Amino acid sequence: MNRKVIIIGTGPAGLTAAIYAARANLQPLVFEGQQPGGQLTITSEVENFPGFPEGITGPELMDSLRKQAQKFGAETVFNQITKVDFSRRPFKVWSGDNLYTSDTVIISTGASAQWLGLKSEKKLMGYGVSACATCDGFFYRDKKVLVVGGGDSAAEEAIFLTKFASEVWLVHRRDELRASKIMTQRIMDNPKINVHWNSVITEVLGTTDSGVVGVKLEDTKTGTIRQDDCDGVFLAIGHTPNTEIFNTKLELNAKGYIVTKPDSTYTSVPGVFACGDVQDSIYRQAITAAGSGCMAAIDAERYLED
Amino acid sequence: MSKEIVELTDANFEDEVLKSEIPVLVDFWAEWCGPCKAIAPTIAEIAGEYAGKAKIGKLNVDNNRDSAMKFGIRSIPNLLIFNSGSVAHQIVGAVPKSNITTLLDEVI
Ligand SMILES: Cc1cc2nc3c(=O)[nH]c(=O)nc-3n(C[C@H](O)[C@H](O)[C@H](O)COP(=O)(O)OP(=O)(O)OC[C@H]3O[C@@H](n4cnc5c(N)ncnc54)[C@H](O)[C@@H]3O)c2cc1C
Repeated sequence: MNRKVIIIGTGPAGLTAAIYAARANLQPLVFEGQQPGGQLTITSEVENFPGFPEGITGPELMDSLRKQAQKFGAETVFNQITKVDFSRRPFKVWSGDNLYTSDTVIISTGASAQWLGLKSEKKLMGYGVSACATCDGFFYRDKKVLVVGGGDSAAEEAIFLTKFASEVWLVHRRDELRASKIMTQRIMDNPKINVHWNSVITEVLGTTDSGVVGVKLEDTKTGTIRQDDCDGVFLAIGHTPNTEIFNTKLELNAKGYIVTKPDSTYTSVPGVFACGDVQDSIYRQAITAAGSGCMAAIDAERYLED
Repeated sequence: MSKEIVELTDANFEDEVLKSEIPVLVDFWAEWCGPCKAIAPTIAEIAGEYAGKAKIGKLNVDNNRDSAMKFGIRSIPNLLIFNSGSVAHQIVGAVPKSNITTLLDEVI
């Protein structure tokens, strides 16, 4: 069955687009991907989403958004889109071997944590390598962990991890943190936190049986390599947009974000719209993602009317 | 919890999992874990479909730290498939249903 609207991704952007598209009777088909509910599902309290003076947990907020979309007739499926063809209409999207077609596509695939790009890191993901302290910190009670990065999010992760770990080391490529003054001060004042200055990880040591047992660190000034034992490595070096499958199909900017026409969610292909973190490297908030999701649904509705 | 899903604890792990006659899928989870909630419906579906062929159990890591430690769990959701008392497969993170059933089918 050809659809009027297919939505890829169920973060705040995709689910808000789904609410609007469903209320406009467009019966959207919504693909959840590997992280149903998006990035907010890995956070505990969301304190800045308007309408929740007491705060709300990320998973609860995302459950409510999904229910609201489903109530108006959005159909959600727990599938990952693996390939797209936007060269002619109707547009085609595949999940493995299953083909779906649609007159419009709304892309809201968001962003994911950036990885160092090491083979050993990939192998040990979930076995001691993590990009989410709030998800995995619990498993490092009385252990030693490293946090890679030098910005505010690295500082926040490090401080969070001191709740569990006996020792937390930041690994930073420079001799000074990028984090705000306040966060830097908190790092310096915390007796459980130390910093490996001028250091980058060149290899994560361990096997899927042993888990992470240490890392090899290169001194960025002298080039010397040293080893440091640890039980976990947390990455906090930023986010990259999930646009791999759209490469060459849509215009992306140098950092891989989908380019949208100013004041709209139009991409380089008419009928394909993008909203949320996948096209926004500046604001990256749940409410701005939701706002642009609303825009995408309205843009798609008007496009279908023409 | 649906009736097909067994609630596992440090105390009953040995009897329910390691000594089980049929393969066991253990879902290590916690209340605070969003992705765990996301895959919960999938686990429930699998429990219904595999009733009699495989046992499906859930272990809350907050209350049963020993089992989580013993199997080196460092991230959840984490699914371990046990066959004849030892780990046959491990799946880390929220994955589509077919990834789970494929591995489960291998041991049945
Ligand atoms: C730890 C953490 C805490 C945060 N705290 C806050 C906060 O307190 N307040 C706030 O406003 N913001 C917060 N943010 C930022 C906020 O989460 C993001 O700005 C927001 O989630 C972006 O929404 P999105 O819909 O664009 O994408 P995302 O939330 O990234 O969702 C992307 C969706 O796309 C899906 N997807 C990806 N690829 C595919 C594919 N190929 N096929 C199908 N589906 C796919 C994923 O499964 C997911 O459902 C936080 C972020 C993190 C990581």
